[in-house]
Amino acid sequence: MEALSSLADGFTVALTLQNLFLALLGCFLGTIIGALPGLGPSNGVAILIPLAFTLGLPATPALILLTSVYYGAMYGGRISSILLNIPGDEPALMTTLDGYPMAKKGQAGEALALSGIASFIGAFFATWGLVFLAPLLVSVALLFGPAEYFALFTLAFCTLGGVASRNQAKAAVAAALGIGISTIGVDAMAGVDRFTFGNVHLFSGIDFLIAIVGLFAISEVFLFLEHRGQGEASNANMKLGRVTAPLSMIKACLGAMSRSTVLGFLAGVLPGAGASLGSFISYSIEKRVSDGQKTFGKGDPRGVAAPEAGNNAAAGGALVPMLALGVPGSGTTAVLLAMLLALNITPGPLLFQQNPDVVWGLIAALFIGNIMLLAMNIPLVSLFVRVLLIPPRYLMPAVAMISFVGIYGISGSTFDLYLLVGFGVAGYILRKLDVPLVPVILGTLLGGEMEKSLRRAVQISDGDWSVLLGSPLAVGLWAFAILGFIAPLIVGRYLRPKIADSTAAEGADPD
Amino acid sequence: MSDRIFGVVCLLLAGFYIYSASTIELGFIETPVGPRAFPYIIGTLLALGGLYPILVPDERPDWPDMRGMIEIVFAVAVLIAYAFLLEDVGFVIATAFAAALLGWRLGTPPLRAAVSGVLISVGIYVIFHLILGLSLARGPWGF
Repeated sequence: MEALSSLADGFTVALTLQNLFLALLGCFLGTIIGALPGLGPSNGVAILIPLAFTLGLPATPALILLTSVYYGAMYGGRISSILLNIPGDEPALMTTLDGYPMAKKGQAGEALALSGIASFIGAFFATWGLVFLAPLLVSVALLFGPAEYFALFTLAFCTLGGVASRNQAKAAVAAALGIGISTIGVDAMAGVDRFTFGNVHLFSGIDFLIAIVGLFAISEVFLFLEHRGQGEASNANMKLGRVTAPLSMIKACLGAMSRSTVLGFLAGVLPGAGASLGSFISYSIEKRVSDGQKTFGKGDPRGVAAPEAGNNAAAGGALVPMLALGVPGSGTTAVLLAMLLALNITPGPLLFQQNPDVVWGLIAALFIGNIMLLAMNIPLVSLFVRVLLIPPRYLMPAVAMISFVGIYGISGSTFDLYLLVGFGVAGYILRKLDVPLVPVILGTLLGGEMEKSLRRAVQISDGDWSVLLGSPLAVGLWAFAILGFIAPLIVGRYLRPKIADSTAAEGADPD
Repeated sequence: MSDRIFGVVCLLLAGFYIYSASTIELGFIETPVGPRAFPYIIGTLLALGGLYPILVPDERPDWPDMRGMIEIVFAVAVLIAYAFLLEDVGFVIATAFAAALLGWRLGTPPLRAAVSGVLISVGIYVIFHLILGLSLARGPWGF
């Protein structure tokens, strides 16, 4: 019950006026970001990181702001799924299957209310899961030495590439590119510069924030330019009716919600799966369990409740490995990790010991944010619906310019802006070639630590490389890593075609 | 074909990367794992990963047609020009032009694009600079 008392301390951190305001702001922005097609949680959070960073917010408030955005985006994604049949972000994809038919039947208000409640339940219980599971994981992680950490990082790459891509070789390429970028700059352990080619700007390495914003946000602008005029919000059925769900409908969906919460949470905790898989699994299982009368896909409320509970639970679950091990479970948590690293905080077991106020303040803020989100997303949903009517042709230039402002704010150097454009083009080409972007991001984030743990491990054993497999824990992690890399080749044949077919694969925002 | 080219590019990149790694100066301190070892591993991974798409390419990605390609090249040019001119003309003017041009290419009628460009630029300036105190590029006129 130590977790509970820590949580109570967390509430005293979160319940300051500033933090409450930031949580509210984050929830509001997050819902908008989630609702707007083309702006998903990862690029939404990516744009905001440099801003939060340059505004000089301390760690806890900055993290509260951005995780509120993250949770908010999970709520917001459903709005355009239900009303426009366009998923606001990738995890909300499954919600279109039954949400839009419900809206067509004139039940848009019910669908929005029900999905709001399902989102709340998923996120609420997943946050409890985080409270209890994260400290457990921390106590395991305390046993890790450098060799185990090296295995753990490898595991993260293997599984993250695995589920997110359709081609393992391309995922490996993506990871290698990202890690390669991270090796640019002065090598801290030997004090020599690497791959800088004498360019002063490269001595301190390439800031991962530039890579993230370029790969996610700027490449999105290029995709929009290419598909200009297609898929704009058009004469949609915007009549909401009353935004409440009858009690009987909620009751009928309780089973679906609780099953999906558990499944979604588990999908989130597994490194590399993330919210999209959470909603996908939840919907598929729910369909198998309760689609007796073949009503799924025709506007069955349970088909709305299941994926929404699932993706919100997964969002909470993905925070577990991010906070406890420093290894993110999804694209967006990778972006949140970037935020922490930019603030000079290294997540992992030490974070829980050295900065308990950050961790528990954040978790408490998630509870508070969740209640705010429920309040915002049911009575005030019509406000967000109006935002949906802003056409992308006004929105995307603003997104691009805000990205530039954020990056320029960090360093004040135009060299970084050229790099940003370069990453934007690279991101566009990689997306076109179906190369997943998340391993690239993860590589730029974790590459440095990964190399350090490798060198430390071998150094301690005085040059004996077999130390990497020197403990049962390390062997276990390696086994998981190999399994995680190979399993999608087999299982993926069932899972992925369905996900891929229904997404515009290239435009998909990785969570 | 695209995948094959991609694979070849990866191989070339891996070769260049490994070659550059081999020219990294070693420090004075003798360590079991120097600054070259990890790049060798990563370069090898990149090369292996690049081989697969050459041998087993995916189907052709859906490349944009000529019009789409020109649009994207134009946008890249606008953004590079933006980075180039930002510190010479100041944030507000550069941003207004860049946002207007992007908006125009995304399908806004020219006049409205110009207005929206100015609004976006001034809006960002007011919110991020005047209210939140973020430092933006100052041109010769101080904004």
